[in-house]
Amino acid sequence: MNLYELTIHEARRLLDAGEVSAEELTEAVLARILEVDNDVQAYITLMPEEALEQARAIDAGGGSGAPLRGIPLAVKDVLCTAGVPTTCGSRILENFIPPYDATVVARLRAAGAIIIGKTNTDEFAMGSSTENSAFFPTHNPWDLSRVPGGSSGGSAAAVAAGECLGALGTDTGGSVRQPAALCGVVGLKPTYGRVSRYGLVAFASSLDQVGVLTKDVTDAAIVLGVIAGHDPMDSTSVDAPVPDYTAALTGDIRGMRVGVPKEYFIEGMQPEVEEAVRAAVDQLADLGAEVVEVSLPHTDYALPVYYLIAPAEASANLARYDGVRYGLRVQGTDLEETYKATRGRGFGPEVKRRIMLGTYALSAGYYDAYYLKAQKVRTLIKQDFDRAFEQVDVIVAPTTPTTAFRLGEKVDDPLQMYLSDVFTLSMNLAGICGLSLPCGFDRQGLPIGMQVIGPAFGEETVLRVAYAYEQATEWHKRRCGL
Amino acid sequence: MTHYEPVIGLEVHAQIHTASKMFCRCPVVEDTGDLEPNTYVCPVCTAMPGTLPVINRRAVELTIMTGLALNCEILPVSRFARKSYFYPDLPKGYQISQHGLPLARDGYLEIDTENGPRRVRIDNVHLEEDTGKLFHVGNVSLVDFNRAGVPLIEIVTKPDMRSAEEVRAFAVKLREILVYLGVNSGDMEKGVMRFEASVSVRPVGSDELMPRHEIKNLNSFRALARAVAYEIEQQIKTLESGGRVTQETMGWDDARGVTYTQRTKEYAHDYRYFPEPDLPPLEVSREWVESLRRQLPELPDARRARFRAEYGLGDFETELLVADRAVADYFETAVGLGKVSPKTLANWITGDLFRLMKETRRGIDEIPVSPEGLVDLIRRVEEGTVNLNTGREILEEMVATGKEARQIIEEKGLAQISDEVALREIIEQVLDQHPAQVEQYLGGKTQVAGWLMGQVMKATRGRANPQLVRSLLTEALEARREAR
Repeated sequence: MNLYELTIHEARRLLDAGEVSAEELTEAVLARILEVDNDVQAYITLMPEEALEQARAIDAGGGSGAPLRGIPLAVKDVLCTAGVPTTCGSRILENFIPPYDATVVARLRAAGAIIIGKTNTDEFAMGSSTENSAFFPTHNPWDLSRVPGGSSGGSAAAVAAGECLGALGTDTGGSVRQPAALCGVVGLKPTYGRVSRYGLVAFASSLDQVGVLTKDVTDAAIVLGVIAGHDPMDSTSVDAPVPDYTAALTGDIRGMRVGVPKEYFIEGMQPEVEEAVRAAVDQLADLGAEVVEVSLPHTDYALPVYYLIAPAEASANLARYDGVRYGLRVQGTDLEETYKATRGRGFGPEVKRRIMLGTYALSAGYYDAYYLKAQKVRTLIKQDFDRAFEQVDVIVAPTTPTTAFRLGEKVDDPLQMYLSDVFTLSMNLAGICGLSLPCGFDRQGLPIGMQVIGPAFGEETVLRVAYAYEQATEWHKRRCGL
Repeated sequence: MTHYEPVIGLEVHAQIHTASKMFCRCPVVEDTGDLEPNTYVCPVCTAMPGTLPVINRRAVELTIMTGLALNCEILPVSRFARKSYFYPDLPKGYQISQHGLPLARDGYLEIDTENGPRRVRIDNVHLEEDTGKLFHVGNVSLVDFNRAGVPLIEIVTKPDMRSAEEVRAFAVKLREILVYLGVNSGDMEKGVMRFEASVSVRPVGSDELMPRHEIKNLNSFRALARAVAYEIEQQIKTLESGGRVTQETMGWDDARGVTYTQRTKEYAHDYRYFPEPDLPPLEVSREWVESLRRQLPELPDARRARFRAEYGLGDFETELLVADRAVADYFETAVGLGKVSPKTLANWITGDLFRLMKETRRGIDEIPVSPEGLVDLIRRVEEGTVNLNTGREILEEMVATGKEARQIIEEKGLAQISDEVALREIIEQVLDQHPAQVEQYLGGKTQVAGWLMGQVMKATRGRANPQLVRSLLTEALEARREAR
């Protein structure tokens, strides 16, 4: 077995036993990147020297006992890394080097992780295919002619292709879970407030959450345990104790109640996806869970609500990119021309589209009809989940309506692109947690993802169910053919 | 002929001098004009990507206390909002302010007018952050973010004022309250308070609200009162000549003493306010409010009344002492030592001490004379160790050097001469030197004694105890009469 194929927990065992050094492991991953990243294009920035230096320091005895000691991880390029470019996949931040680490990055470092690079993303995390990156699209390791999903497509592809042992992504409307599903890996979006957003370059502040992409459920539990917890720098992070998430991985789900929402099996979805998810539900029943049909009646409104709230917040969040203090500046004849030229050239079409949508939704005379109305419906969507979780412990649903689509297939049709997140948006609007894990493959050999959804701060329950399913199946052991 | 009535409302921005900025840990530094630009900044207040605001608790408390001092209702839940516009001094492209749910609302402040007291209603008191500062050098513009993110309290009145004098009275009184609460130094020259007046006029008897002119960025009481008076006059002129006033945003040209149009209504900003998603709603418990209410200092009006009643001071002295909280505190500390009468202390403070503060351009808490030091000096004068004039000179020296009265007296040998033997000797010398004047005295022109006394004081360089000199001098002159 190649070292780059290891999971985090497998590597942990070998590192602790002294059978592998951090340097060997890091070198194996860097060699793998050299081997496949020309095709996959998962990384925007690589940090080989820093990574190897750090690995050697760890081999010399540094950071003993730290949970991620010597583990090479990747970080989505919307998370700030001190001294290392953080582009957000955008021309406007192409040369931006943050003076500080995002809290999650600092926590990874403190836990001994080796950060080997910054992964590709749709510009400012706006997109579902990584094709909105201003630099290049990332390719799906299972079929290079297909997208890896997005916006954390770089992180998902890197994990799937063995270009890192695990990665951080961010999930505003499905941006961790959807690419995880399309790349056949595990993607966990924690509850809003579970993980600090400080240093996560904001797209939509009330929806953004840092998530993890890993090869299996155990790894997701390990990394979540490192990054979760209150941060005084983020007032929306919640001061609740962080449990040992790996303790939830018992494999026993007997007596647990699993809800299946009828609204998540819709016309037009790929039949193989529905079949795989239904089979997975049966598997959960075989493992002793009680399967219950639940209803989330406002599901249809999630997409329009999301596309009012997220762009509204984004329109303000992206106002700081004005060419005055950092990033791209295109000098115009006067102030206004400088703003227009800078932002006109610095932002790509999808970002501009969302800034315009959001500006419109917040404008005088439209605010009540759009933004305020959307907030009210958001409350209804949240109440749907509250009611459902009175009956069940977790909800299980497909992560995406289809498997990975072809590069270029949806770039000219934003609505079709938006629809690929139709099953993941609601959890961000409700602020709850969800995890996608592999539950099968279609006839073309493309991975299918199943979502396990939990209530706010229900990560342990979600991990427990996902782990039980994973242990009873072989999907997570399959590797892409690269 | 129609008579017109001005209708004026105010928005007052005041910096809150907390230790740190509104949403980050950078220190708040008063702008003395010689600060190195962009030295009190961090990733948060320069809006680096990914940074988030954290509310300054003390700024919230001072805003609530201001709300209480202005008789407002404190809202149990308030919210911050984003106010969006592009300008290079605004790092995030939006200002975090409050909109819809301010910390405090529906209060009033009573001011004295020529027609008696008048209540100016307060619409709301809320919290926001200051912007940076732009500098234009040739055709280059530079921006300094030292001020960006400094907490600002905004006090919005109802359109309840009817003249420039009332506006001025309101502003002066509000400043006094803010200084009393410790919100800021009240130092207008450093821009810690800025005013925006909205002015309209209407026929007397009408209660309609007419289109108004908002005059921005008035930085002194004088500019405020002048700009308002000017606007009133202009609007009346416009109406009288058959014109119409339309809603506009105005600037104030202080040098020329005129307002000018900055923006007409069509170009009004749409600030696209929406709740700040990075900050959860701010919950203000009853207990918190009540504990802040208990922390409220005695406010200026109450203190004035007490100074008159408790210390028997007149209106004028009271006003001089109370107008500055630090002075009033200083006075009360001195009175509290129980060694000198309030009246005497008031005279020393509002007389010599004020003069010396003015000459050295320092506040009472910036001069090196403590209340204890002043009382000690006054006691030495009252006990006759030094005379009054010497005492005043010693105070000057104390202000200049920070030394104690005792030290100055010793070093300069200023102690009053009360030694009868020594004084007698000096008096005899003076009388011997001025036989003509002695002759006049003995001839019945007794007022010459005053002149001779002056000579004795001169000979002792003012150190002689005047009462003692007077009696010894009379004694010596009468002795010469008998000796004839």
